[in-house]
Amino acid sequence: MKKTYNIEVDCATCASLMEEATGKVCGIKECSVSFLTQKMTVEFTEGADEKKVMKEVFKACRKIEPDCEIEF
Amino acid sequence: MKKKHKIMLIRILLSAGLTVLANIVPIDGMFRFFAFAGIYILIGYDILRKCVKGIANGRFMDENFLMTIATIGAFAIAIYEKSGDYNEAVAVMLLYQTGELFQGLAVAKSRRSIGELMDIRPDYANIEKDGDIVKVSPDEVSPGSIITVFPGEKIPIDGIIDEGKSEIDTKALTGESLPRSIEKGAEVASGCINLTGVLKVRTTKDFGDSTVSKILELVENASMRKAKSEKFISKFAKIYTPIVCISALLLGAMPPLASLITTGEADFITWIYRALTFLVISCPCALVISVPLSFFAGIGGASREGILIKGSSFIETVAKIKYMVFDKTGTLTEGTFSVTGIKTEGISEEWLVECAAHVESFSKHPIAKSIVSEYKKEIDLSRVSDVRELGGEGIMAKFEGHEVALGNSRLAKRLGAGLEEKEDGNTRVYAFLDGEYKGAFLVADRLKAKTKEAISEMKKLGVKKCIMLTGDTKAVAEKIAAEAGIDEFESDLMPSDKVKKVEKLLAVAKQGEKLAFAGDGINDAPVLARADVGIAMGAMGSDAAIEASDVVIMDDDPLKIARAVKISRKCMKIVKENIMFSLLVKVLCLILVALGYAGMWLGIFADVGVMVLAVLNSVRAMKVKK
Repeated sequence: MKKTYNIEVDCATCASLMEEATGKVCGIKECSVSFLTQKMTVEFTEGADEKKVMKEVFKACRKIEPDCEIEF
Repeated sequence: MKKKHKIMLIRILLSAGLTVLANIVPIDGMFRFFAFAGIYILIGYDILRKCVKGIANGRFMDENFLMTIATIGAFAIAIYEKSGDYNEAVAVMLLYQTGELFQGLAVAKSRRSIGELMDIRPDYANIEKDGDIVKVSPDEVSPGSIITVFPGEKIPIDGIIDEGKSEIDTKALTGESLPRSIEKGAEVASGCINLTGVLKVRTTKDFGDSTVSKILELVENASMRKAKSEKFISKFAKIYTPIVCISALLLGAMPPLASLITTGEADFITWIYRALTFLVISCPCALVISVPLSFFAGIGGASREGILIKGSSFIETVAKIKYMVFDKTGTLTEGTFSVTGIKTEGISEEWLVECAAHVESFSKHPIAKSIVSEYKKEIDLSRVSDVRELGGEGIMAKFEGHEVALGNSRLAKRLGAGLEEKEDGNTRVYAFLDGEYKGAFLVADRLKAKTKEAISEMKKLGVKKCIMLTGDTKAVAEKIAAEAGIDEFESDLMPSDKVKKVEKLLAVAKQGEKLAFAGDGINDAPVLARADVGIAMGAMGSDAAIEASDVVIMDDDPLKIARAVKISRKCMKIVKENIMFSLLVKVLCLILVALGYAGMWLGIFADVGVMVLAVLNSVRAMKVKK
């Protein structure tokens, strides 16, 4: 399953760090963050619970940029 | 300007004013310190907050942390030296924030202007409900519905004209500025603008599957397919900051320790100040922002011209195309037959065309159609009688009392004309009037108007070889290749042979030389996939082509391939400029700082100024001269 979310992130370095951190979250197969379009594309692993996984992703991203947003 | 940016602007102006004031008003000692500390907090509280949070999350090496260390360090030096000159710490923070604001605005502005290029999303569709026309979201319209499109509106969903006649502007999709006239029965793609008449369109697809949605999806996802240089930058960014920080540490400790050991004296303050300045320069932001932004601008600029590049990585490859392989039919040629020459014997050309066109209008063969369209006046079918199709030979009929026969060499032989068939790449249609040979039509698939220019343009751009692959006969291929200025061609190929040919060429190509294949994307999907870059032509509305290729050219203009190369080259040039420029300035500043020729002010310029310049430079990738 592949999904795209709108995000709000202020710095480009953070965006690439978020991409890396998200990729490490359990239930995420692949992730790509675009600072320019302010979008995050996520591919979930088989049978992953989207809401739960995205909560984890959000937590991980908040650690990188405390005031980032993900619409999910 | 967003609210966030407005607040920042107010903070910057306020603290700049207060700094000036604090320097004019004669305050000393503790008061002076508190005054400046207050201003410092006003301008930098969010940085401080992020720094604390960053430390709590175990991230030490981010820019907030570095700025905090540098500015607090500057404060500490001022306190230690009892100079009371707190200006530097405040000014550095002020400049940093100004730079950040400017960067935010510049990025937002470029994002918006690139976004505007791609603003083809229709907002609504008009459907008829109980005699009234209502606006609904295009999502809600199911295939097979009738939608009304008024002049000036975007066609929201792909469909077929059910009623009405109009001209449409396909510029947003194809970059072509001439309007196209359409009428009942014509297929229209979403994203085109209806210009003159009211149209009723029977939708053939869901909104999500319509051309406009496909294109938007494609362009939006393009920045997700990252180019090598983007990946390089993010890797580089990861090591750059730690390296500069370690150097800063060494710079702050080693020289004074060395002089302490050798001379017994040490100027710790000077070296610590220099080390702090190092930290200010340690953020690789200019690169991290400007490189992807350049690609984004390049992709946006290309899409405005009807060239969709599916990812930053393909900009990189397109810029390096050295071998250009074309499919013949439909790519270099029109893909439809037309009369290229008429020979007559003892009869006026006008009369021959008139006879032939009338008779051929009873045939369904594509070649017959080309002869019909050669006759520019109205066809009067009543002038023709007694039509007989001669299977595999041609057609015979009576035209105003004359017995007309039109057909291939077999027919000619049977009628005893004994004509030699010259192998010049044309197909011949022989014409007989009352059993006597009167002339022949030379029929061929014609080169597109811009093919020749496209090939010579590609050569100018340094493409080593232009190669044509075709399933057609050698004679036809030879003629087209010569006309177009193609270097090499291969004829009589089966579709699977094309893949083999491309693989052979790929084996010959040196490292860094890329091969592109351009085809119509319908039956050459395997070749499109095998080449370094697959370019699909004339793809408006064709999902298969969009799917199989890396670069999609919306109309069927081969000159756009050369445009794509130009745009990509410019984009890559800008990317390289930005990388070189940012690194050069940073390294230069690091050296100047280490040697003591520059202070924190210059450090801030190296960090923020370079970034802003690089961002502005990136936006140039959007516009490429014709």
